[in-house]
Amino acid sequence: MSAPKTLYDKIWDNHIVSINDDGTTILYIDRHLVHEVTSPQAFEGLRMSGRKVRRPEFTLATADHNVPTMDRDKGIADPDSKLQVETLERNARENNITYLPMSDKRQGIVHIVGPEQGFTQPGMTIVCGDSHTSTHGAFGALAWGIGTSEVEHTLATQTLIQTKAKNMCIKITGEVMDGVTAKDIILAIIKKIGTAGGTGYVIEYTGDVIRNLSMEGRMTVCNMSIEAGARAGLISPDEKTWEYLKGRPLAPSGVEFETAIRYWQSLATDEGAQYDEIVEIKADEIIPQVTWGTSPEDVVSIDGYVPDPKNASSDEKKRSIERALDYMGLEPNTPINEIEVNKVFIGSCTNGRIEDLRAVSKIAKGRKVEKNVHAMIVPGSGLVKEQAEKEGLDKIFIEAGFDWRDPGCSMCLAMNADKLKPQERCASTSNRNFEGRQGRGGRTHLMSPQMAAAAAIKGKLTDFRDL
Amino acid sequence: MEKFNKLTGNAIPLRITNVDTDMIIPKQFLKTIKRTGLGEYLFFELKFDQDGNKIDSFELNQDQYKGASILIAGKNFGCGSSREHAPWSIADYGIKCIIAPSYADIFYNNCFKNGILPIILDEETVAKLQDSAENTLNFNIDLEKQNITYLENNEQKEITFEIDPVKKKCLIEGLDDIGMTLNKSSSISNFENNQAKKTPWLYRSEII
Repeated sequence: MSAPKTLYDKIWDNHIVSINDDGTTILYIDRHLVHEVTSPQAFEGLRMSGRKVRRPEFTLATADHNVPTMDRDKGIADPDSKLQVETLERNARENNITYLPMSDKRQGIVHIVGPEQGFTQPGMTIVCGDSHTSTHGAFGALAWGIGTSEVEHTLATQTLIQTKAKNMCIKITGEVMDGVTAKDIILAIIKKIGTAGGTGYVIEYTGDVIRNLSMEGRMTVCNMSIEAGARAGLISPDEKTWEYLKGRPLAPSGVEFETAIRYWQSLATDEGAQYDEIVEIKADEIIPQVTWGTSPEDVVSIDGYVPDPKNASSDEKKRSIERALDYMGLEPNTPINEIEVNKVFIGSCTNGRIEDLRAVSKIAKGRKVEKNVHAMIVPGSGLVKEQAEKEGLDKIFIEAGFDWRDPGCSMCLAMNADKLKPQERCASTSNRNFEGRQGRGGRTHLMSPQMAAAAAIKGKLTDFRDL
Repeated sequence: MEKFNKLTGNAIPLRITNVDTDMIIPKQFLKTIKRTGLGEYLFFELKFDQDGNKIDSFELNQDQYKGASILIAGKNFGCGSSREHAPWSIADYGIKCIIAPSYADIFYNNCFKNGILPIILDEETVAKLQDSAENTLNFNIDLEKQNITYLENNEQKEITFEIDPVKKKCLIEGLDDIGMTLNKSSSISNFENNQAKKTPWLYRSEII
């Protein structure tokens, strides 16, 4: 019998094409998602060297970063954005790659579209020129973000040259309190291990708390693995995974679905398998989390305070807190729940799925967005939008004063027209609070959809459980 | 791919930790469909204020660092988005070597695809080099010998660094990854044939 393996070990071993003389591995890539921002130079590279796309049928393209979230019938106003989207459309057409245009209701953020279509399946290797590809790890797929050179390599060879990462297990035990979401859990994890804590590792999330999360919650957790520095995040697939996949357009069907389940079941980490690092986190103490600064590790509980650089553990840490406070326009020791916001962004590949919108609707129902706040809700895909409207959520949002938009990445990274103005302060369900991320000079506080909705209603950061 | 062997140049000390790729190249410059021409937008929002005025205190705006080809930065450099526009803008600006205590994974890999040498040294040494960079005109970086040499107060200094031999070879020889992998096409086809037997559903998808 061979040595016990982790989920990561198994997927890795199942995809080895060959091992190069230098010890690197040529790893087979089962599926490749492509969007407009990180692909034009890759297709250009193929054209210049006369190379073809090896497996166009394993590749799926859609435009998400640059697309407008309103007045779609007028097209894309910004000429550079328009050119980039048109370039993707042309590249897809010339290479026989399926492309979901803005007019298709299946269009959306790549990391929402993949799972929705059943393109994402357990045991697969999945890449995309986008760091949040880690999202797909929620299905027990090894999924990671790559640069444009590797996009080109994948297009040409359906493989990548890789060295194996180390195994980290993050075990989340205990019982979560009511109102504590997947977002709070992953923010608490990043707070604990830091934005470089996962560097060089693939993280497998385990424990009852993860088992009890829905597929969508698991996607939120895996999505932000990159914010913890990890190459990828993984969750062992289970009944919830099969249930989610069943009947999706690209998922296996009939007898083959049963065969696939048996294969997928065999992927779970073996008893006795060794991890290089194990981190345990007790969920019992986690309450809603928000960020105060400009790094995703600048996390604090909603009942906490803005940190004081005087208490920093090192000079370097002190400088970095001072820089963040200056950018964020915050005074040390301010209670977090006194921070006022004038923008709210609900959406992104982290929290733009139907369950997120349902959670927001529960807060929004019968309440009003504070008059000084502009609050946007951007569904992650056209199908999420359709479902929300079918359930009447859009009416609740609009009635409460939220701005209900069309799908895309939107103000998560502000490449389209949706952006913060300098010094605007935003409660956001996205994944990064970097300087300028949501617009130059804009100030971002990351949190769960419920917390962002509550901030919209109160006009300040607030524990939604007290509403 | 561009080769890297030896480099002589002055260095910019950038005393910021967790420099993210949004900071290196803000999103408004990601709308290009070309690889070139991004150098002038490197660290754009640190170089210019909101009204477009130069921020004099930022090192890249200071005369003494003009033409620098080395950047000495804080830990976890290049975190965040996978955008290869980050190393493209760094290389296009003329920086061919970065020295930092640590890097984010994707950025680190992207450097090697673009002829940039990312050197890892301990925090203390990096801090010392940042101080030295304020007065030292030239650092010599030799990838073959894995060392950095420079003259400080008339004293010859040498710092050695570690690097993965595979990555070192890639930079020195400027290898074309895709070409090399394509030489293994038959192995890839064999893999596909075997995988199609073991997990046939992966080969059913006549996509959407």
